[in-house]
Amino acid sequence: MNKHVSPRMNRRAFVIGSATLGAGLAIGLDIPFGGPAVVRAADGSPEINAWVVVRPDDTVVIRIARSEMGQGSLTGLAQLVAEELECDWTKVTTEYPTPGQSVARKRAWGDFSTGGSRGIRSSQDYVRKGGATARVMLIQAAADGWKVPASECTAANSVITHTPSGKTTTYGRVAEAAAKLTPPADVKLKDPKDWRLIGKGVKRLDTADKTTGTMIYGIDVKLPGMLNAAIKDCPVFGGTVKSFDEAKITDMKGVKKVVKVGDTAVAVVADTWWHAKTALEALPIVWNEGDNAKVSSESIAKWLTEGLDNEQPAYVGNKNGDAKAAIAGAARKIEAVYNYPYQNHATMEPMNATALYTADKCEVWCGTQNGEAAFAAVLEASGLPAEKCDVHKVMPGGGFGRRGMTDYVRQAVAIAKQMPGTPIKLLWSREEDMAHGRYHPITQCKMTGAFDANDNLVALHYRLSGQSILFSLRPEALQNGMDPAAFQGFAQSGEAAFGYSVPNLLIEHAMRNPHVPPGFWRGVNVNHNAIYMECFMDELAHAAGQDPLEFRRKLMGNHPKHLAVLNAVAEKIGWSQPAPQGVYRGIAQVMGYGSYVAGAAEISVTDGSKIKVHRIVASTDPGYVVNPAQVERQIAGSFVYGLSALFYGGCTVKDGRIEQTNFDTYNSMRINEMPKVEAVMVPSGGFWGGVGEPTIGVAAPAVLNAYFAATGKRIRSVPLRDQNITFA
Amino acid sequence: MANLTINGKTFTLDVEPDTPLLWAIRENAGLTGTKYGCGIAQCGACTVHIDGVATRSCGISVSEAEGKRITTIEGLAAGGTLHKVQEAWIAQDVPQCGYCQSGMIMAVAALLNEKPKPTDADIDEAITNICRCGTFQQVREAIHTIASA
Ligand code: FES
Ligand code: FES
Repeated sequence: MNKHVSPRMNRRAFVIGSATLGAGLAIGLDIPFGGPAVVRAADGSPEINAWVVVRPDDTVVIRIARSEMGQGSLTGLAQLVAEELECDWTKVTTEYPTPGQSVARKRAWGDFSTGGSRGIRSSQDYVRKGGATARVMLIQAAADGWKVPASECTAANSVITHTPSGKTTTYGRVAEAAAKLTPPADVKLKDPKDWRLIGKGVKRLDTADKTTGTMIYGIDVKLPGMLNAAIKDCPVFGGTVKSFDEAKITDMKGVKKVVKVGDTAVAVVADTWWHAKTALEALPIVWNEGDNAKVSSESIAKWLTEGLDNEQPAYVGNKNGDAKAAIAGAARKIEAVYNYPYQNHATMEPMNATALYTADKCEVWCGTQNGEAAFAAVLEASGLPAEKCDVHKVMPGGGFGRRGMTDYVRQAVAIAKQMPGTPIKLLWSREEDMAHGRYHPITQCKMTGAFDANDNLVALHYRLSGQSILFSLRPEALQNGMDPAAFQGFAQSGEAAFGYSVPNLLIEHAMRNPHVPPGFWRGVNVNHNAIYMECFMDELAHAAGQDPLEFRRKLMGNHPKHLAVLNAVAEKIGWSQPAPQGVYRGIAQVMGYGSYVAGAAEISVTDGSKIKVHRIVASTDPGYVVNPAQVERQIAGSFVYGLSALFYGGCTVKDGRIEQTNFDTYNSMRINEMPKVEAVMVPSGGFWGGVGEPTIGVAAPAVLNAYFAATGKRIRSVPLRDQNITFA
Repeated sequence: MANLTINGKTFTLDVEPDTPLLWAIRENAGLTGTKYGCGIAQCGACTVHIDGVATRSCGISVSEAEGKRITTIEGLAAGGTLHKVQEAWIAQDVPQCGYCQSGMIMAVAALLNEKPKPTDADIDEAITNICRCGTFQQVREAIHTIASA
């Protein structure tokens, strides 16, 4: 049993009744809801099904496959199960099944991946069924015991009542019998209007340990005999290790071993991490930097600018009418070029993983957004089969997309493999974390809008040029070479649909992939696309001499849900009334991750360069809101993340490597710079949209549009620090 | 070797005098509630109290901390009773990932010691910790709740 788990997140291994080992990760999703053989948790309590364990004292253990990383999904998912289970919420606890256990049970818990704001929306259906199935079985077991029809029994708060006689029993008392029943083939989920727990801002289940220093993050994992590793990967992406002079540091205090990690990195293993890091800094390493060492931000920008040229090849992501012809024949046209830089996730806790490798087992303890991807990485890096590997998830100190990657897991296993039997905790320094991110992709966008003689917008042409994430990370998801995700917020339909109707529209992407590795960074392509779309929409409104809100409204008649959230922020911020003296407003909307969002900001500007953000209003329509208190926190947090990137972010490239090294050169907003975010939730029901990411898209354009309102000056480049604009 | 007084206990630790206090606390004393975020006194994740003053422990050496009273997040609760800041953090669900919160709580506890009823301006000046999850709004509200109790 792992001692380093906190009590609310009891992740003890559970014993598998009839062990059937899966063939690997290729098994399709087959979510069983119980079966004839009783499966028991480690403490002997029966599993009603894969999602629900009931202990004799009525404690309900809800299994969570997705990862908690601060966004609150652990609590939200437990609410979904508990809603259908009709259990006593005060007796709910949670645990993570491991990916190894899931594979051994033919992926009993489905997908572990926690990105794309999918934690709730992609699993809500089957986790609710898990809860409903367990409830039906528990009621049936009670009815069998009383020899009455189950239809005469009801359940609430973990108590089952036989209505005609008034007899009662509890879930804990019938759990054993329920676990032996054959699960019902089909269960009916509650009508949303009958929800009692879904929609309630109940407290998170994982808070207490985070206030006492007892929550265990990856960096805190301790195993008997464990050593610590610090690592340096070639600072030029794509470069390799040529040589290193380990004799120079082998006598340094605490140093145990110096190892090469793959072709590209060197690690020092020592008794403490501080010793490992100190020795690593003293280690002379020679790199083969290769041609990438010639790349700079300037050379990348030049290459991207070439892609803005209409003569260059491009993928068409959305189109109607003939935009080029309409622009050529228009009474008037407006053109602007914008750009958005690389960004590092800069999770508060740098990347780390602890690995223990022996000849017949490899286990890893780490924070990860994707337990199954980490598991696959362990298989690959260790060379051991699935039944000899496992991953134990611990709380990550932030994810934001970075911990969906498995580079740090592979490295930890590669080091541990060179020291069999010794657990190795690999921790990146902040500097290593800045140098080896999976960066928000770099793009530019040229936009052209055309008006007829009456200032009606008749054509719109967006030409994106820049990096594709899927090209690098999921080439199998490209469609004839095109990256569909590059058009997030610009799509014709679906979960990231464009919210304006323009008679002639062309949105295209000239793909340019520099050597800097891209990644999914909270909000992903919505971040830059929303700036391009919404700042340029503001430019068009200004050119047409119209109010930015009214101008948008006229184009949004066919997009009522997009319009509803925009109207919601306009009303809340008081758009129809003048702003306070010296205060200016900006507004923006976008759709992403299946949710409609809008934002409005009130700012004042001193000397053209000092911005004070006075007020932010943000609205979202995610279909259903599971936990409004957590949704509110996600919205506020997304603005801090998005505005930090706008004001202070931006990773630049020199000699093939990232120039920023720590929070002194890649700063993050502080409390004094951030106003309260007033969240307006307008869930319209009938669909399940994401929450963690969408609102980040409107943070930057709302502020940039307000800056124009205040100064008459357009900012078309991020970050603001490059233009000597900062917080007042 | 260094003698450090942490949370009222004396630790005799096998560390070089120039070791940052943060790593002596985490790795030698084994108290991992204090977090590493930057190592250059920028983020505040490593904040502890030294003689009652909020201090970024990555920025001072073990030798500078010897002979002083060091309090970490583990030592904030007195005699099994949570500190009022911890209680408020739980009551208002302040943490998201929670990684910055040990340092945040230590910084807030020190502020409230000095100014039991801080204004927004006092908060802005004293609380300069980074929180990448963006919990600032909850932090501010929780401070005001404590102050008005
Ligand atoms: S780790 Fe000390 S301030 Fe960041
Ligand atoms: S709660 Fe995650 S960094 Fe502050």
